[in-house]
Amino acid sequence: MTYVRIVWAHLAKDLRLEWRSKDAINGMLFFSLLVVVLFSFAFDPTMAVSRQISGGILWVALLFASVTALNQTWTRELRHQVLDAQRMAPSPASALFLSKVLANFLFVSMIQIVLGPLFIVFYNLRAIGQGWLMLLVLPLGTLALVVNGTFFAALSLRTRNREMLLPLILFPVSVPALLAMVQSTTAILTGESDPGLWIRMLGGYDVIFLTLCLLLFETILGAE
Amino acid sequence: MSSVVNTTHAVQLHEVSKLYGSFAALRKVTAEFAVGKCYVILGQNGAGKSTLLRLIAGLIRPSFGICSILGSAEAGTMRHSIGYLSHASMLYDELTAMENLRYSARLYEDNSHSTTSLWQPEQVLAMVGLDARLDRPVGKFSQGMRQRAALARVLMAKPELLLLDEPFSNVDLASSAQMLRVLAELRAARKTILLTTHQPELARPIADFICTMHEGQIVSLEPAQSPEGRSA
Repeated sequence: MTYVRIVWAHLAKDLRLEWRSKDAINGMLFFSLLVVVLFSFAFDPTMAVSRQISGGILWVALLFASVTALNQTWTRELRHQVLDAQRMAPSPASALFLSKVLANFLFVSMIQIVLGPLFIVFYNLRAIGQGWLMLLVLPLGTLALVVNGTFFAALSLRTRNREMLLPLILFPVSVPALLAMVQSTTAILTGESDPGLWIRMLGGYDVIFLTLCLLLFETILGAE
Repeated sequence: MSSVVNTTHAVQLHEVSKLYGSFAALRKVTAEFAVGKCYVILGQNGAGKSTLLRLIAGLIRPSFGICSILGSAEAGTMRHSIGYLSHASMLYDELTAMENLRYSARLYEDNSHSTTSLWQPEQVLAMVGLDARLDRPVGKFSQGMRQRAALARVLMAKPELLLLDEPFSNVDLASSAQMLRVLAELRAARKTILLTTHQPELARPIADFICTMHEGQIVSLEPAQSPEGRSA
């Protein structure tokens, strides 16, 4: 229970900071909306073509938008050296990491809630497969993005070009997850194949990377 | 936190060096800082004062040498007993002082090493002369208020060892005087204080020892003279 209380303390602080500054949400929202609208102007797809390409567009838009928020995640901890206070505190480092993951998960999920209906309208979408499976794919995909993103943002924290470095590390590592997200979304929308394998792959990816990142985060935080 | 300690020395350094590439920020520093004393550390910019405090705080590791803090030579084990105030406030600008302190308290309150409870945020803000009802975010505080709020955060965990890196810089006289009063009380309560400053005249009234650093070395460590002219 102690651990949960500490995670909640970090999380409540992050939500309060975001509520007051709206740094992450605003940046993500405008960026992802821009991508969705621009792509809808660039293509004039039929409904069938939309189903084929929209999974890719949705996840690429979310991936790029997430990077803007993930870059902010640790920046506010660097301001006034708050991160040093975190390092001095006797609370577990993994609780800090987990709270950041949860905060980013909530922020990206909020973007999805806004983006989802617009996406359906702009691309004239209707799922032929089992649409309810999107309720599984979206959180699993989002978790994959934010776990790695939060970890690698912390890893690149002390580098001079951290905003450049994050996508350079994050995107290659996220390729298997991105593939699973896009393929499962496309399978659900077109109904042409079974998305089960891709969803299981996404789940496995989440478990492996969340465990690794939780175990390694203390080393990253303690690095000089 | 009285997990401290069957030792007469809060900090023992033996031939401690800290290298950044080929630059030596600390060079074979050997020194002992006794429990319950206040040490004022002087030196020019780049003398190694801040590096010394960060190393004692456990935020950086020595390249060579042994650093024993409150009886433990294992890095990070005594961090619950150390209060560290850096040049920066270590507070979130968007939160009020009270919110910052409540958050910080959460991270310390379940500390299993602790045998005494924390100060309440209201108590510790009153100690440094800040009104707990202030609903302004810390980002809108004056430098003096911000520094006192930062000191309050440090004091809240009742640390045995206080590391204060230039606490009076850019702070008005009234705020400095308030902070000095608090530090004098802590010294009377036998807390160990290591304080760096460029204003020795301000810190001298609470100093037991004056330590001078130059080019990464401690060049002198002498008892301070009290205003009455006797050795502290």
